[in-house]
Amino acid sequence: MTQAHLAPEVMARAREIVALYPHPRSALIPLCHLAQEHDGWLRPEAMVEIAELVGITPAEVLGTATFYDMLHTDEVGRYVVTVCTNIACMLRGAYELLEHAEQSLGIRTGSTSADGSFTLEDAECLADCGRAPCLQVNHRFFGDVTHEDFDRIVDDLRAGRLADEVPPHGTLVRVRRDGGLRVDAETVGSERRATAAAMAERAAGTESKGAG
Amino acid sequence: MAVTDAPRIVTSRLAYDDSHTLERYLATGGYEGLRKALTMTPEAVAAEVDAVSLLGRGGAGFPAGRKWSMLRKAPTSYLVVNGDESEPATFKDHLLVERDPHQLVEGVLIACYALQVTTAFIYIRGEFALGLERVTGALNDAYGHGAVGRDIFGSGFSIDVVVHPGAGAYICGEETALLESLEGKRGFPRIKPPYFPAAIGLYGEPTVVNNVETLSNLPWVLVNGAAAFTALGEGRSTGTRLFALAGHVRNPGVYEVEMVKTTFRDLIHAPVLGGGIPGGRELKAFIPGGASAPWFGPDQVDLPLGQDEVGAAGSMLGSGSVVVMDDATCVVRAAWRITRFFWRESCGQCTPCREGSGWLEKILRRIEDGEGRHGDLDLLMDISDNLAPGVSWPPQQTTICVLGPSIPSSIASAIRMFRDEFLVHIKDGACPFGSAPHG
Repeated sequence: MTQAHLAPEVMARAREIVALYPHPRSALIPLCHLAQEHDGWLRPEAMVEIAELVGITPAEVLGTATFYDMLHTDEVGRYVVTVCTNIACMLRGAYELLEHAEQSLGIRTGSTSADGSFTLEDAECLADCGRAPCLQVNHRFFGDVTHEDFDRIVDDLRAGRLADEVPPHGTLVRVRRDGGLRVDAETVGSERRATAAAMAERAAGTESKGAG
Repeated sequence: MAVTDAPRIVTSRLAYDDSHTLERYLATGGYEGLRKALTMTPEAVAAEVDAVSLLGRGGAGFPAGRKWSMLRKAPTSYLVVNGDESEPATFKDHLLVERDPHQLVEGVLIACYALQVTTAFIYIRGEFALGLERVTGALNDAYGHGAVGRDIFGSGFSIDVVVHPGAGAYICGEETALLESLEGKRGFPRIKPPYFPAAIGLYGEPTVVNNVETLSNLPWVLVNGAAAFTALGEGRSTGTRLFALAGHVRNPGVYEVEMVKTTFRDLIHAPVLGGGIPGGRELKAFIPGGASAPWFGPDQVDLPLGQDEVGAAGSMLGSGSVVVMDDATCVVRAAWRITRFFWRESCGQCTPCREGSGWLEKILRRIEDGEGRHGDLDLLMDISDNLAPGVSWPPQQTTICVLGPSIPSSIASAIRMFRDEFLVHIKDGACPFGSAPHG
């Protein structure tokens, strides 16, 4: 057994999440988000522990995680800035904004600043087109972003003035579910059997009517 | 302008800043639809939903009632809510999950009761961090209120609802890909048949998948009755619908309007809706229903916002997203950007989509960059023909899901409507609108 990487309280939460699903593997994406919240990105050590929790191999965790844009299997900055450049934002200056972002942060799209503060990405539609051009920082929205707004957001992030609005990278949901499932498997099973029986009865009734 | 005085069905609470709270929800009739449903038989609730002919609001427009009735021939195991809204310029579910999460939760509970399902999963796009927080919070409050959990409102019916975050993949909006994703796998669409998860769904068991907006209509339908709903709209397109208006309009945003009675012109130009095109510009083209939809021009602006009407005109209402392009828009750049989207989001299972999307993107990009070649338009159409034979509408299938065959829509529309603009790019070796950055 390797030394535990994820903190005990994170492991406890991970087990609560696994318990919400009929099959443990369904917890894979939520657990990857949890590991990113712990580390800022998806570390190999975390993937090993996730694999054990959901009963698959670490390679399967990696193979699944790499499918999804939000799961980072390489280290990213404390603030991941994703500028939407899809059609609605493009029509309202998104690529000009992205170009400004590159100059302002001094990095190319797809890379991380030397001090590890910022990663810049261009994103597909983020679904905030009413406030185009829009961007997200660690998945918190900023809309109608002018070049001046962008510089202000960066300054505020650097100075810690947006700490309440923008948590460190990886923190997806700050509201936790209260408690686990309330309906036990036995109740679910018996309700399903009752429904099946009722349906079979009605079907039989219809058939006999049809035959008559 | 024909902006009707139809009631707001799914956006009635948005005037309140605290529209997402249980207090506001209860003060505005919240959970009355569920209470009423619980006094009826599940069949009667399903019949009510069937009677309103609620067309699914996700994109395909399949009647929700019919989807349910396929299921009610066999016991259903799961209800899955599709909240993975990622279609370009579609941002209506985003609004609903953030601003009225209890309405969604109540809709889910009504559907579960009608289907006699005891487990529901609400799959929400991962990028909607606030939406995930709001729905999770609403669910916590709903459990506390006795609306979810064991023996809800003393009815003897029990149900659990789990909020599940996505992690960034457009294709997971395709319902079989969404189920794969919910099973903890890569979001690969499943091979059809079976065409509907009703037969083989989550974990191989019968499953119903409904969109966020579709379910958000249910509380109102239960309280006000099917007749009140079908009194709105016309033909098969009943009720109101959310339209996400984006691009070159004064007031981009999400608008709930009566179906069919409202036209694209109303949506784009009415002062209380889009407010017209700014800067003294004219309408050049608009996309009527998401990135997959063939484009329309100024000639079609008087078409009503109805599923069949738009379908008959050769496009689709799709996800309810309308993108307006003014006369200063370079259509090559617009078609390129939409194609680039499909290329980035192709899951990679099927060759025509995986390879074709990239080829199309490269050709469009070189045309825009002034490096287009003689014959590039034929080449674009030839590749498009491999993705969707005949490049007809609706597209013919060559792949597991509809993503690939949807790619040619914008390209074929742009070439059909603005062939000369493409040719000028190639002949002059430059974009006539000037070179703009494009990443």
